[in-house]
Amino acid sequence: MLAWTIYISFLGVLALMLLKVSAQAARIIALLTAVAGLAVTIAGFTHLRTGMMTTIVRLPWVPSLGLEYHLAADGISLTLVLLTGIVAIAGILFSWNIDRRTNEFFAFYLALIGGVYGVFLSADLFLLFVFYEIAIIPKYFLIAIWGSTQREYAAMKLALYSFVGSAMVLIGLIAAYIVAGAHTMSLTELAQFPFPHHFQTWAFPLVFIGFGILAGLWPFHTWAPTGHVAAPTAASMLLAGVVMKLGAYGCLRVAMTLFPQGLDPWGFHVLGFGSWRDVLSLLALIGIIYGAMVALVQQDFKFVIGYSSVSHMGFVLLGLMTLNQIGLTGAVLQMFSHGILAGLLFAVVGRMVYDRTHSRDLAVLEKMNLYRAIPFAAVTFIIASMASIGLPGFSGFIAELQVVIGAWRTFSSYAVGTGIGIVIGVAYMWRAMQRAFFGEDDTTDEAHPLPPISMPERIGAVILIGSSLTIGLYPQLILNLVIPALNSPLFDGLRKGAWQ
Amino acid sequence: MIATGYAELLRLVVPEVIVVVTALAVLVADRLVRSASTRSRLIQGAAISCIGCVCAIASLLLAPQFATVYDGSLVLTPQTRMLQIALLGLTALVILLSTESKIDTHVGEYLALILFAATSTMFLVATQNILLIFLSLELLSLSLYVLTAFNKRSARSAEAALRYFLFGGMSAAFTLFGLSILYGLSNSTNLLQIGASIKGPSLNPLLIVAVITTIIGFGFKIAAVPFHFWAPDVYQAAPAGSAALIASASKVASFAIFYQVLAIGFAGADGSGDWGHYIPGWVPAIGVVAALSMVFGNLVAITQTSVRRLLAYSAIAHAGYILLAFLSHTQQSFNAVLYYIVTYALAVIGAFGVISVVEERTGGDKLSDFAGLSRREPVLSLCMLIFLLSLAGIPPLAGFFGKFYLFTSALSAQPQKLGLLWLVVLAIAMSAVSLYYYLQVLKRIYVTEPSSDSGPALTQIASKVVLCFIALTVVLLGCAPNLFLQWLR
Amino acid sequence: MSATPLITMLTAVPLVGALAVLGLGARNRNLPRAIALGFSVVALALTLALWHRFDPTIGELQFQELHAWIPAIGAAYRVGIDGLGLVMLLLSAVLVPMSIFASWHIQERPKLYFSLVLFLQAGLFGTFTALNFIHWFVFWELSLIPAFFLIRLWGGPKRASAATQFFVYTMIGSVALLLSFLAIYQCVGTFDFIGLADLARNGQIFPAVAAKLGWRSLSPDHAAAIIFLGAFLGFAVKVPLIPFHTWLPSAYAEAPSGTTMLLTGAMSKMGVYGFLRIMLPIFGVQVRTFLTPLLWLAVATIVLSAFSALAQTDLKRILAYSSINHLGYCMLAIFAAARFTGDSSATDKITALDGAILQMFNHGLTAATLFWFVALLESRSGGLRGLNDFGGLRKVVPVFCGLMGIALFSSLGLPGLNGFVGEFLIFRGAFPLAIWATCLAVIGLLVTAIFILTILQRVFYGPLNEAWATMPDLSTKERIALLPPIALMFALGLCPQLLLGVINSTVMKMVQQMRY
Repeated sequence: MLAWTIYISFLGVLALMLLKVSAQAARIIALLTAVAGLAVTIAGFTHLRTGMMTTIVRLPWVPSLGLEYHLAADGISLTLVLLTGIVAIAGILFSWNIDRRTNEFFAFYLALIGGVYGVFLSADLFLLFVFYEIAIIPKYFLIAIWGSTQREYAAMKLALYSFVGSAMVLIGLIAAYIVAGAHTMSLTELAQFPFPHHFQTWAFPLVFIGFGILAGLWPFHTWAPTGHVAAPTAASMLLAGVVMKLGAYGCLRVAMTLFPQGLDPWGFHVLGFGSWRDVLSLLALIGIIYGAMVALVQQDFKFVIGYSSVSHMGFVLLGLMTLNQIGLTGAVLQMFSHGILAGLLFAVVGRMVYDRTHSRDLAVLEKMNLYRAIPFAAVTFIIASMASIGLPGFSGFIAELQVVIGAWRTFSSYAVGTGIGIVIGVAYMWRAMQRAFFGEDDTTDEAHPLPPISMPERIGAVILIGSSLTIGLYPQLILNLVIPALNSPLFDGLRKGAWQ
Repeated sequence: MIATGYAELLRLVVPEVIVVVTALAVLVADRLVRSASTRSRLIQGAAISCIGCVCAIASLLLAPQFATVYDGSLVLTPQTRMLQIALLGLTALVILLSTESKIDTHVGEYLALILFAATSTMFLVATQNILLIFLSLELLSLSLYVLTAFNKRSARSAEAALRYFLFGGMSAAFTLFGLSILYGLSNSTNLLQIGASIKGPSLNPLLIVAVITTIIGFGFKIAAVPFHFWAPDVYQAAPAGSAALIASASKVASFAIFYQVLAIGFAGADGSGDWGHYIPGWVPAIGVVAALSMVFGNLVAITQTSVRRLLAYSAIAHAGYILLAFLSHTQQSFNAVLYYIVTYALAVIGAFGVISVVEERTGGDKLSDFAGLSRREPVLSLCMLIFLLSLAGIPPLAGFFGKFYLFTSALSAQPQKLGLLWLVVLAIAMSAVSLYYYLQVLKRIYVTEPSSDSGPALTQIASKVVLCFIALTVVLLGCAPNLFLQWLR
Repeated sequence: MSATPLITMLTAVPLVGALAVLGLGARNRNLPRAIALGFSVVALALTLALWHRFDPTIGELQFQELHAWIPAIGAAYRVGIDGLGLVMLLLSAVLVPMSIFASWHIQERPKLYFSLVLFLQAGLFGTFTALNFIHWFVFWELSLIPAFFLIRLWGGPKRASAATQFFVYTMIGSVALLLSFLAIYQCVGTFDFIGLADLARNGQIFPAVAAKLGWRSLSPDHAAAIIFLGAFLGFAVKVPLIPFHTWLPSAYAEAPSGTTMLLTGAMSKMGVYGFLRIMLPIFGVQVRTFLTPLLWLAVATIVLSAFSALAQTDLKRILAYSSINHLGYCMLAIFAAARFTGDSSATDKITALDGAILQMFNHGLTAATLFWFVALLESRSGGLRGLNDFGGLRKVVPVFCGLMGIALFSSLGLPGLNGFVGEFLIFRGAFPLAIWATCLAVIGLLVTAIFILTILQRVFYGPLNEAWATMPDLSTKERIALLPPIALMFALGLCPQLLLGVINSTVMKMVQQMRY
């Protein structure tokens, strides 16, 4: 049933490519496709509640190599599929005003969504990789054709970084496949295969960093701010909101599940590091603080949000490295929460502000008194930044709280670092909000008022705020899925190792 | 070794005979309608050729499964049959796409040469006798030299053909030298017997010479570094159809026979190219050639502004990838080679088809000539997207699965040691680089705004249909590779 | 556990009201005010119903509700009230309609304004009833945001910096508080206030903290001190205690008067409530350890703020410093009552704490009314509110002066009005427990009297300032609106048993539980 999320998206792509429809019809087709995808997801929620990996489809694909078309979902996959559905719909609503080559835009958009759904639902690693790569090309075109600042350069940088990351993953996957006897790429079977320890020691960082590039792991994150800024709004929402989570999901689902011993201590120390876990958790922490500090000094509004994404993804990666249940749960919840909030923030900055004012420079926006001109955007941004800071009542609070508690249990000094990151987070959000919306100078031109916020934008904003608020007030909805999934046999290897 | 009579032999080579007869028929038919327009001559010739190819394919399907005659002169297995069908298919596609070419004289000769080249490729894949190998290679090469030079109005075409001829001649000499040493060492022209007789504890110096010269000779055919110098000029200057044939059918056959020669003929001298476990033999030599080709091909392709030259350098790179699978020389790797080269050939033919359309309109094949193509020719652009992404190795297209298959088969010979991992890592890294230049073409097509003087669409329906067909095949083979793989059993 | 979830309903009423204002208030200018007023009156009625059902003879928590929320991190939805909570709810429920009346003529974006006020009320209700830290913290922060925007968007000329200062100070305090409680949760495994109080009584919290946190092997006392300071910071900023008070004068002065009423009336009480509900039960030992510095801080707050008020010329700033001063008395009582004396002096402690809670309510009422009067004055004077801008108003607006005089005297502590009772009980109870501190605090009383009388003298008496010869007196509507608070001032002054009866059992239980 859940597999239809993928099929519907690709059917949408075909419809948009082959039928010669008007721009408005294209938008409606795209919206219907995304809504159908979300509806299927919610229907799937009610069927798959066990938390274990439940198979949806399993067909042999290339029997001679043992490759299967195997789709399955557990709680973590479901959470991320839900996230994709929500952000997809919001993205389409916020792109309602694209009027240049509309059909192609939505075709690429739906192709990206289909690929993302596929990654989250694959249980055969070859299939996962196929979908992972499918997602790269639409990203390139979305940015290169409809983007803004330096779009061609940003698009190429993003595509190449992603491709290099996936190349690293491919090496690891092929090596794992061969060592395990070259007869299966099934996630559950490879997870149980006892790979030799020295093999895991190099395969793990290779695959983790390969996925980590897409997740914004410092210092491989440089594609992210450039890419997010150059992309059109819907693409930035998807990129920061969902695609970066592909990387984090891959880190958890592939690297940590297949090669859990890669996190074990090496037995010797280099520069104070004793295991890959030490290295990666430090990189995650640096990402949190570095992203926040750079966001604090940005003059371009969208760059603030772009760097804040790097900072928030640092939380996810740190949560993954804590290797205790609360930290991992926090990481998955943060994936969901940040996905929604990043989408919302980019929507405000890109669609509501930039499309109207044609400026992202905070010094210019300061003079426009946007609070009076587009109050809905101001209120939405205020709510979004409160949520992003971690105000209780929104999803970010619970997620960051869990990551901090998890981090405290394993490396207490890092928890202090995360606290610093949160505080700087408050500062840069505050600064951006003050300057962009509440500037004191008023040189607004009354004769040419800014266009009001349209209905699709309002609906999109409400959907995203509502999702964050719902999960913030009742996080059990997601925790009930994630915690059983983390307790499933799939993570046995991690549990035997450094798990606490 | 079964002694057979001529009748028996003829029955076994019916497909080749059909193709030769078709070639002659085309020549004759063309003579008869000399006065008609070039286009109708082309169409007529193409029609006859396609009918001939289809008949040949039909006869292949009806042919006996296994046969070996005259000292391995003709070795028919289901694999060779499948290869021959593929070769005929590729030829037919090239001919269909050539109906739009600018050939204005000697139409019949052009098509006949293509068909002769096809015949030679069919022989090349079906033989394990070094004499016949050399004969077929020569027939192929001669046809291709002339096909390259066919555009008499272009000085560059002639120059490219001359360069091709000189290089080719020299490498043929090398090949002959190597093959004759093999004969001297083994007293047989059958690859199997040669392989058996040269097995020994250590390498004979003569054998080393034979290995090196054979590699030079065949390396030229497949355009591997450092024997690649002819490729960029030929790809750029030859008429589109000829270039497509050189890039596709000729490569398919050359790789197939190169593999047979090395894996069967030099079976005792393989050696090992594992990291840290070097043993002299042809394997490490091929390993070096492969590494050089991959790196050189991809890096130089980045700087190209002509799409044809870009394809030439990418062909050099792809040759490197395929040679990877040679190193593990198992049945699985042979299957991988075949899968890869056939799907590669399809994509390249398609790419040349689109290039010829663009050249028709803008007169050049520079990157800038492709600007805004997606606005004017959406179907064609989509096909080009599929072809180039398949070459880059993006799923779910055939090129991706081909690369995956190649890499896994290279490594699966030694599951625990993973000795060839260094080459696989290099290959994957270089493929990541290749995405850059393929995206440059696609960027021009999809992203760049068209220049203002774009004319109306000139493409014939026939070309569009053929290109769509090729694109669909590439997608299909990528999504369901089993369709092809089970044929290889 | 009562059957009907009254407290949840009570907290939900202003939330629903806020959403109703946002959703429906677009038609005309009057609708938001009317809807807001309606909902706040409903909330008041519900609170009174709660009072009616409340059993004042037992000191236990009543109307408790407990639901699992996020078991994974120990967060539960737990509410309940005792006497202290009920008094705070009453205060909030009474103040909000007053604030809405005072803001009746807001012209700019009334829809947003009134919905923010209602959100603030929901935050207040939640803070005063929550018994699980995460649940409580959600509402604590929830009250911060509307307050910030109310200052930022409708405030006076220097509102930007005032609002930012307010936000930053409170946020830092909240973060410190959160970190302290996270540390405790890490080591003890619960966020529940009642559970934590039990553990603290048995002395189990801080050894666990020192053991599990492992920061350079701190002793339990040192670990406890650090965590105590973190939590202390959070509440000290809110009360505020000197030297964490610097945000308050600007915030009170720049905020629109209706908001200032809520700030001084209810939000500052959140800090004192926090000390009573959280700091004393859980960190009682630490309070004792630091008793002397804390008492000095309370005294400094009382005395220094009174002198600062004397130096001001802006009426709102005077009243702002006066607020700090009055709450300083509460803090004096609380710290004095925390002193360890074994079983003796229980009556003194009970008296002191009774006084503190009473003072919270009375000051809230009085200060809010005073700010209301200042707002009325400002609206008649075209925005002027300096001490020296007026003179002899008694001749022109006698009713206004009369009523404002009553409120001023109540603030001064005149017997017969409500302000006296609380202060009297505080001094009565604290004197035996902390002699020197109480004596020094008397200075505060004296200085308060001076500046209040100064206000009376400069604004109402003296020669008439001709500029205001035509100032209109209070309209009938205003008189009717002001009647309830004034009446309450008299009622509570003459019959304090109304409230004392409610809180006495609770306070007795509190003191009994402090016997560790």
